[in-house]
Amino acid sequence: MEEVDVEPTVTNIPGIGHGKHMGFAWGPGDILVYETHFKPSGLTPSGPGGSFIHKVRKDEDINSPILRKLFNESHHIFVGLQTIKDDLPSKSKRPQFVSISRNYRSVIRACMEELQQVAAVSTRDTEMGTQYGNQVSILLAIELIWNLCEVLFIDAAPAGSLLLHLLDWVRLHKADVDEKAKDVLQSDSPAEHHNYWDVVVSYVLQGRLEEARQMLVKQATLQPASRNMYKLMDGLLSKMPFYNPGGTQTLTEFDVKWRNWHEEVDRYLKDNTFASNRHLELICKILVGDEDTLLEQKELLGTWYHFLVTRLLYSHPTVKPTDLHYYAQSCLTMFLDSRSVQEPLDSILLAAFEFDIYLVIKDCSIVLNNWWFVAHLTDLLDHCKLLQSHNLNFGSNMREFLLLEYASGLFTHHSLWQCAVDYFDHCPELGRACLELQIERVPLDTERKALKVLRICEERQMSEQVRSICKIMAMRALRNNRLGSALSWSIRAKDAAFATLISERFLQDYCAKGTFSDLDLIDNLGPAMLLSDRLTFLAGKYREFHKLYGEKRFKEAAKLLLSLMTAKIAPRSFWMTLLTDALPLLEQKEVIFSADQTYELMYCLEELTSSIDTAAAGGERPMQEEDVEQTKVELLRLSLARNLAMAIVKEGTVET
Amino acid sequence: MESAKYVSQKISKTRWRPVSYSSLQQPDIFAIGSWDNEENKVSVWSIGNLGSSGLEDGFEGDPQLICEYEHYGDVLDLQFLDQERIVTVSSTGAVTIFRHDQNSQTLSICKQWARAHRYPCDNAPSTGVACNSPEIVTVGEDGRIIVFRVDQEAVVRVIENADSSTLHAVTYLRTTEVLTVNSIGQLKLWDLRQQSNSPSQILSLSRDRVPLYCVDRHPNQQHIVATGGQDGMLCVWDVRQGNMPFSLMEAHSAEMWEVHFHPTNPDHLFTCSEDGSLLHWETSSPSEMPSFLQGGRNSSMTSRSAMAPAGGIQSIISAWLYGDSSKSRLETTHMLPSQTLSVNSLDMLGQCLVCGTDGEAIFVNRQVPV
Repeated sequence: MEEVDVEPTVTNIPGIGHGKHMGFAWGPGDILVYETHFKPSGLTPSGPGGSFIHKVRKDEDINSPILRKLFNESHHIFVGLQTIKDDLPSKSKRPQFVSISRNYRSVIRACMEELQQVAAVSTRDTEMGTQYGNQVSILLAIELIWNLCEVLFIDAAPAGSLLLHLLDWVRLHKADVDEKAKDVLQSDSPAEHHNYWDVVVSYVLQGRLEEARQMLVKQATLQPASRNMYKLMDGLLSKMPFYNPGGTQTLTEFDVKWRNWHEEVDRYLKDNTFASNRHLELICKILVGDEDTLLEQKELLGTWYHFLVTRLLYSHPTVKPTDLHYYAQSCLTMFLDSRSVQEPLDSILLAAFEFDIYLVIKDCSIVLNNWWFVAHLTDLLDHCKLLQSHNLNFGSNMREFLLLEYASGLFTHHSLWQCAVDYFDHCPELGRACLELQIERVPLDTERKALKVLRICEERQMSEQVRSICKIMAMRALRNNRLGSALSWSIRAKDAAFATLISERFLQDYCAKGTFSDLDLIDNLGPAMLLSDRLTFLAGKYREFHKLYGEKRFKEAAKLLLSLMTAKIAPRSFWMTLLTDALPLLEQKEVIFSADQTYELMYCLEELTSSIDTAAAGGERPMQEEDVEQTKVELLRLSLARNLAMAIVKEGTVET
Repeated sequence: MESAKYVSQKISKTRWRPVSYSSLQQPDIFAIGSWDNEENKVSVWSIGNLGSSGLEDGFEGDPQLICEYEHYGDVLDLQFLDQERIVTVSSTGAVTIFRHDQNSQTLSICKQWARAHRYPCDNAPSTGVACNSPEIVTVGEDGRIIVFRVDQEAVVRVIENADSSTLHAVTYLRTTEVLTVNSIGQLKLWDLRQQSNSPSQILSLSRDRVPLYCVDRHPNQQHIVATGGQDGMLCVWDVRQGNMPFSLMEAHSAEMWEVHFHPTNPDHLFTCSEDGSLLHWETSSPSEMPSFLQGGRNSSMTSRSAMAPAGGIQSIISAWLYGDSSKSRLETTHMLPSQTLSVNSLDMLGQCLVCGTDGEAIFVNRQVPV
């Protein structure tokens, strides 16, 4: 057993009194909880005490209608990812993985935007509003973490481009600057807007220097006196070198260039060039990477990781991935000194900066209330070959474990179970076993649904499950007296025993009514009739007898009928019916059964009556039925005797 | 194909609202029915030709939900009766007529026959409906065929035990004749004028008993019928001749759920399947082929069919009956990007195609080349 990482949270079950004992049962995605009669001194718990069974579920997001879009759309991406060939060299696959990662993120973003819209509309309904709000903030965090993992692990950007990616990351998640900038620019005199400098400084903090310059121009035109100072600042901003990963410049060349620029900025600062304008001086201090100045901008930075990226931008633009964790840790400590507690998000991001993938996944699993994120991220990282040789001491490997958790959750959902199938398919070790257990338990309301479930099973050669589903459908049809449907289902399952049972029902119905139902099916079975002996008898031989009889081919009909008994093709229980079928043939004017055949018929009848007598001796058949049966036997004997007489006479007569 | 619109419900049926044939208008409203949700719905959607007239390249944006109404049970089939009424059949056996009020943009139930399809002590899912206003015909797992009239409360006619297995779909062949397909590979032709409870004709798929799930009739040549079933094959039948399919064509790798001739250009046919694909079939005769192999009274073909020999209807043999043989050319095109979950339904009107999937996505294509 591994140690517990965090104290598990306590969930109070409403309706279960304090101090009562509870029983529980594990489900695939939830736990069922009930109150018991357990007494501390008592011997055995005696079953449920309360009248309610409570369902406790961790993954509550699965029921959100908007998040369903996330599940469905990401399912599509997931399946696409699994088809990427393993044999390609990993270098050429990297751009593919990055683009898949972006696809996942864009799905998250789309979902988030829709949730935000809905949340904005439903502010009146506070409970729903909070729920939506919570979901939005969870998705925000998920996207933030995913994006960082994409930069650090999947894209694995080297020094130089690493910082550019981190800048993009921060810009994407600190988009309130754009809102503010829009307000400022739309006002009558932007340069005098109270947020003007906030916007300029925010631009600088995010390294959006082009935009910062455009804003500064507006101020410069208002202050002709300090035009030179603005011009100087504009020059500094425009000259700041950025690394161009696609260009010919080497990282060292860039570094030299950047250092020259940095020294120039530093010189201006030391010369107090901007001393007369506190805003420009502030910008200059930021450009030079002054930590105290940066920390004073906490409000505008918002988060420690923004601080980290800004600090790297203006002090260590060629930071190596391996050095990141050092800066990250120090930025976190510097930024959070007033707040003593780290939020879970902080430690997850820190773990990412430390390149501790496992810690990221573990912490996310603990903190987040859905499996979607960890399952998909882990799967993607696994495809990038970043998770080798990490086996858990339970289940299979981590990727499979998380995918199974997620898929099992989906499977408990009324509608999303279909998506889960593909996830199980891509869990090589335990996926099939899980699917086998779950697929049988899908409620089948209509044939349409049964067909879909069957298709899933048949494609995967799950013959046990196919049989069981067909049997369920056959039983249901039988219960509703739809013998034709029931037979079709048992033929599909190749279930001989059940086909025999249904054939018996057909024969019983025939005995009772004297006509066959469902002839459209029985007469069109084809080779399927070979499934069971009884079915062959019913749909093959016995129907053939009826057809011959119908076509007035009496001799052939008689021969077939007799052979059904003498060759023991017909079940003994059916002999009486067959003999009764023989009656009209015996009563024909023309002799149909020969003397030998009549002897055989008599023998059959005697064998049958003797067995009935022995059965009746110990049985308690109602008198009336006994009488009917007795009359039938007597009638038969009479007919047989008469036929025998006629046959002997006929056979003894030499035709002239 | 335009990108997917995710709708948070598994879609069982999609249908365009009919447009008047006199105008050359393209459809802009469609209805969808959902299945396998805890709460199922019928909903009406617009593809947004309403306000934004500025964009005329056919890509006006996502379909927008206009209105919806709760539907008890899975929507197993859905048809427009006319421009404002929709008929659905449910897994509970109910047959419901919804009214879409175009002024208030609301849906409401205007008539319902609960448990129309049933077993003695249980509900039986109703699987298909065909409309020929004011008449409605439904079929179900109970093997019944039921005839309703919109203006009558009582059921007009029930054919008990019309089939010993499940009837999966129904379509009108003529105003008095309907065609059903069942789960043992048979097509049955029913003459509703006859009082007998047996079909006037049975056609069957050899002895393989492959279940059939969908059927559609050629819009101009009413003896030509297309079906699809469990093995994903497209079968074309001539109900006048023989009781075997005229041609069989490999189509999908899993159950074919729907087949539709293009209503005005029947050289085109569309099928969708459990395997997640949607196929566009086009028969075209090579130029050296005689033009009478083309579909009959199709308006766009008038100039060419004028050249047809005057040998009467017998000589005008639809290209569909030849299948993929050397006598005609049959082209198929995949209409959807790779997809894994079933495409349950499609509908085609004018140049517009709409389809819905178990992956809870709707796809609309406004520029199908027909």
